[in-house]
Amino acid sequence: MAKHSDTKGSRLGMWLFLYTEIMLFAGLFVLYAAYLKKYPADFIAGGKELSLIFGAVNTLILLVSSFAVAASITASRKQSKRLSAVLIAAAVMIGAVFLVNKYIEWGHKIHLGIYPNAPDLINGPPGRNIFFGLYYVITGLHGLHIIIGMVLLSVCLVMVLTNRIHSGNEGILENCGLYWHLVDIIWIFIFPLFYLII
Amino acid sequence: MPYSTMIGILGILLVLTAVTIGISMVDLGNFNVWAALLIASTKCSFVVLFFMHLKFENRAIKISFAATLFCVALVIGFIFWDIAFR
Repeated sequence: MAKHSDTKGSRLGMWLFLYTEIMLFAGLFVLYAAYLKKYPADFIAGGKELSLIFGAVNTLILLVSSFAVAASITASRKQSKRLSAVLIAAAVMIGAVFLVNKYIEWGHKIHLGIYPNAPDLINGPPGRNIFFGLYYVITGLHGLHIIIGMVLLSVCLVMVLTNRIHSGNEGILENCGLYWHLVDIIWIFIFPLFYLII
Repeated sequence: MPYSTMIGILGILLVLTAVTIGISMVDLGNFNVWAALLIASTKCSFVVLFFMHLKFENRAIKISFAATLFCVALVIGFIFWDIAFR
């Protein structure tokens, strides 16, 4: 049987999946907004405890990685396989750096006794408990998406290197790229909501 | 899409990140949250339109994306309607 691929159809399918992801995170952001309205002082105090530097660096590198993935598709279309592969590899590496930053950040917070169900949080003001609860749930779920995105992009990297993704046949790379951009978009909202709140 | 366009978009995104950090250092009361959301939405628009190629997509994807945003606005709108008038 001849190999059949429907790029347009699979791209629409990818977008439909992304819509469900948007609704998932929108729900969590609504939860955040509702509790921000209820406990503004605790949320502002909580935001000040997060490291602006880590948040800003992670924002910058994720934006660059999004650019790298978008540029890798252009590179593949221009038949520069090598550049395309380098750009995808760069995006995966940036994802890893993001996770290392997250690990350091979470580790520091946990060391300070701020983690889900910590006695400090349970016995403290409810707004503070909710702020850090949402922080762990939302950044944790986002981190999971980063890991999935890195796996998808790694598969694309192998496929580019083995010529299974090539000029004129970038459908899979485009769809994985869409996922990676969505992960970036979610972080674009997480950053001001958690790290920049005053 | 040419590399130059994409580098330009990346530049805009980085500048907007710097702007949103800058604004967060100044106390503007309620306006801080609105400014942060406005800048984040602008950044998202650039990512969606150019990096995700939505600007060059077919109608089905454009309309369904707009419908998703409408649903998100509906959810947020009604929940806040409820919270604000309790």
